[in-house]
Amino acid sequence: MTDPLLRLSGLTKAYPGVVANKDVSFDIGRGEVHALLGENGAGKSTLVKTIYGLVKPDAGTMTLEGRPFQPAEPRAARALGIAMVFQHFSLFDAMNVAENIALGMEDPPPQAEIAARVRHVSDQYGLPLDPDRIVGELSAGERQRVEIIRCLLQDPKLLIMDEPTSVLTPQEVNILFETLRKLSAEGTAILYISHKLEEIRALCENATVLRLGEVVGDCDPRATSAREMAELMVGTALHVPERAEKPAGDVVLSLNGLSAKAPHQFGTPLREISLEVRKGEVLGIGGVAGNGQDELVAALSGEMRTGGDMIGYHGQAIGQMPPNARRKIGLLAAPEERMGHAAAPDMSLTENAILTAMTRENLTTRGFVHWGKARGFAERVIETFDVRTPGPQNAARSLSGGNLQKFVIGREIMQAPEVLVVNQPTWGVDASAAAAIRQALLDLAAKGTAVIVISQDLDELMEISDRFAALNEGRLSAPRPAKGLTVEEIGLMLGGAHDMEVSHAGA
Amino acid sequence: MIMLEKRPQPSQAWTFATPILAVLLTMFCGGLLFAALGQNPFVTIRTIFLDPLFSEFAWFYRPQLLIKGAPLVLIAIGLSFGFRAGIWNIGAEGQYVVGAICGAAVGLAFYPLESFIIFPLMIIAGALGGLLWAMIPGLLRVRFGTNEILVSLMLVYVAEQLLASMALGALRNPDGMGFPGSRNLSQYPSAANLEIISGSGMHWGVLTAFLAVICAYVALSRHIFGFNVRLSGQSPRAARFAGVNPSALVLICMGISGALAGLAGLFEVAGPAGQISIDFNVGYGFTAIIVAFLGRLHPVGILLAGGLMALTYIGGEIAQSNLGLPIAAIQILQGMLLFFLLAVDVLTNYRVAWQRVAA
Repeated sequence: MTDPLLRLSGLTKAYPGVVANKDVSFDIGRGEVHALLGENGAGKSTLVKTIYGLVKPDAGTMTLEGRPFQPAEPRAARALGIAMVFQHFSLFDAMNVAENIALGMEDPPPQAEIAARVRHVSDQYGLPLDPDRIVGELSAGERQRVEIIRCLLQDPKLLIMDEPTSVLTPQEVNILFETLRKLSAEGTAILYISHKLEEIRALCENATVLRLGEVVGDCDPRATSAREMAELMVGTALHVPERAEKPAGDVVLSLNGLSAKAPHQFGTPLREISLEVRKGEVLGIGGVAGNGQDELVAALSGEMRTGGDMIGYHGQAIGQMPPNARRKIGLLAAPEERMGHAAAPDMSLTENAILTAMTRENLTTRGFVHWGKARGFAERVIETFDVRTPGPQNAARSLSGGNLQKFVIGREIMQAPEVLVVNQPTWGVDASAAAAIRQALLDLAAKGTAVIVISQDLDELMEISDRFAALNEGRLSAPRPAKGLTVEEIGLMLGGAHDMEVSHAGA
Repeated sequence: MIMLEKRPQPSQAWTFATPILAVLLTMFCGGLLFAALGQNPFVTIRTIFLDPLFSEFAWFYRPQLLIKGAPLVLIAIGLSFGFRAGIWNIGAEGQYVVGAICGAAVGLAFYPLESFIIFPLMIIAGALGGLLWAMIPGLLRVRFGTNEILVSLMLVYVAEQLLASMALGALRNPDGMGFPGSRNLSQYPSAANLEIISGSGMHWGVLTAFLAVICAYVALSRHIFGFNVRLSGQSPRAARFAGVNPSALVLICMGISGALAGLAGLFEVAGPAGQISIDFNVGYGFTAIIVAFLGRLHPVGILLAGGLMALTYIGGEIAQSNLGLPIAAIQILQGMLLFFLLAVDVLTNYRVAWQRVAA
């Protein structure tokens, strides 16, 4: 490679107390699909932010097409042909697609022209998108297309994609990969950040692995096994969850035509969900975010009340029961959003332990809190689930995402529930912590707890579920045994293939 | 360039240091203001902050400190629960007035009967009056989603009209030769809010204020109710997840602040003020908002802040009469105090870092 598109040499960036990037060097060639692999906190984000001009490196240089490249801000990086699709979208729900795209432009042309260009680009790359639709009505996959098309309108030389498939169905992933391959064939380089190793093996030609801010390896993903890459990423041999075969137990929880109105404008109504969950089983519920997952968890945790007999617990109608009464009888839940929902960011871990464990752990007498007991419970959770923190007096927000997730899940597991509902238990959690959480859920099920795992990560669900069902627009498919399900069958169950078959028909 | 970096956790030291820093900044800028008004800033600051405590007439001012501080502390304690939970009762002044009217009305209804039961009945009536007045914005918010800030504030003006109509009509002193204003309750032994220790300024309202501080401290630090209040203010979604009923919490917090404001009104009308009159209310309900924030919504902090605010009231009066300082200057000083407190508050959650501007 005589003249790569982008060359990074010796990039170093330190924050107080942590070196985010240490002497990172690698090249990205023209039209290359390059993977950047690493656990959470490995320094991937800092590195791409450096390339995108959001972070200024302490040392090291970059060259773009042989010329020194020092973007002072994202605008400068964009002007030189660098575009980025972030993991979290920056779109306004109440505006339409074309308006959202115009907002990101320096000097937007008239709406009609933007709409025409959006149609053109979406045809060209097989990304179906109607510029007149309101963003609030779009699926997560469609929202991502808005972000991608926003980037493509700049005609970039390098497209950076941060965890793009975490919100997509398998079919949507295929569409995205088609588009990325097409872009690559036309000479656009792609820097692809992910921790889903199978995807990287399917898509990328080159991979750079980061660990604790340093480059620990380069490999050709097509010639390296997923396990080898994972071990390179984690630095130790990876622990794969084990599960014991067990006979089906009695029905603990039953949903009988559970329906509920959408709690807010962009929420999803629940429609006629019927389900039986048995003692000791793990039921996996897949589906793309925004298809009723939050609402289902809220209906089960008691945050959202439903018709009394829509939810049965050991035959008792509990649809109208408030959250703490449900906890008392053994139905626990852990919502997806850690900060501000499952945990209060500014409160200490001891206080966050009280948040859900007050009833079952008897942390109060006549309303008076036993602080010593609460602290002891928090310490046991920290100890058992290997939560990295100096102690339970620390605020929840001082913990990294993965550590807080371990605490939040651990807090529920330690209360020995009869039914545990978890939403996205390993979202944003690094590989080793995710494996620990999955193992803990399986151990809990082995002890007889019925576990409902709601997740977008299909690999995760296939790994731990006994039965699998899919949520789509507030409807739940009939659960099927997870063993032997193919990716295609799962995709059909998810049913979220938003008119995408058509788009590549002509491509 | 000065940069603000978010601290991983709120700084303990700054939580205590910011109110002190705010007071010092207020003294400094207040001094500049007084200098601009042609006064000696050192004498003025000494007159306002030190003379009420240490001058040769301090024996007269010290009881005043209790009398002025008690209603501020009592109301601010009530407000602090709601403020912590994100429920903004701005109309404590109105609840204070209605509490005074209800309490006084009960006392006047018994006149001239003498019985030990009258004063306790008045206390209950005062608390209930304030509570019911606060229920109006509370219920409207819970039932119809109205904004409790606006409704509670507007009800202050309604309460003032009610006060005027009572002073001129139903509660007017029949022996008062047609002058507006009720009978003087402090001259009616069974209804009077007397000093517990004569000459100390220590009346029943002061005792109640101290009790309120202790109860609030216990509730916030030891009881699950205080936990739920703090949780609701910090993370409303987490509070719902934890099983807190948001509507009930709104009503309880409005109720507590209304009842305590009503009590403050009752103790004032039966003691220092003595009667229902058109100009009975002097803004304790609004000043208590400053006191609540100056005290960091913490019961002990509120106690100290109430004392400080009472000090500036009394010191301000001394400065007015001795130095001829306009009342507006004192009000600016009180405003500065809140302003600086909110401004330096940022240091609790952020640290200041100096960074060279990169080329």
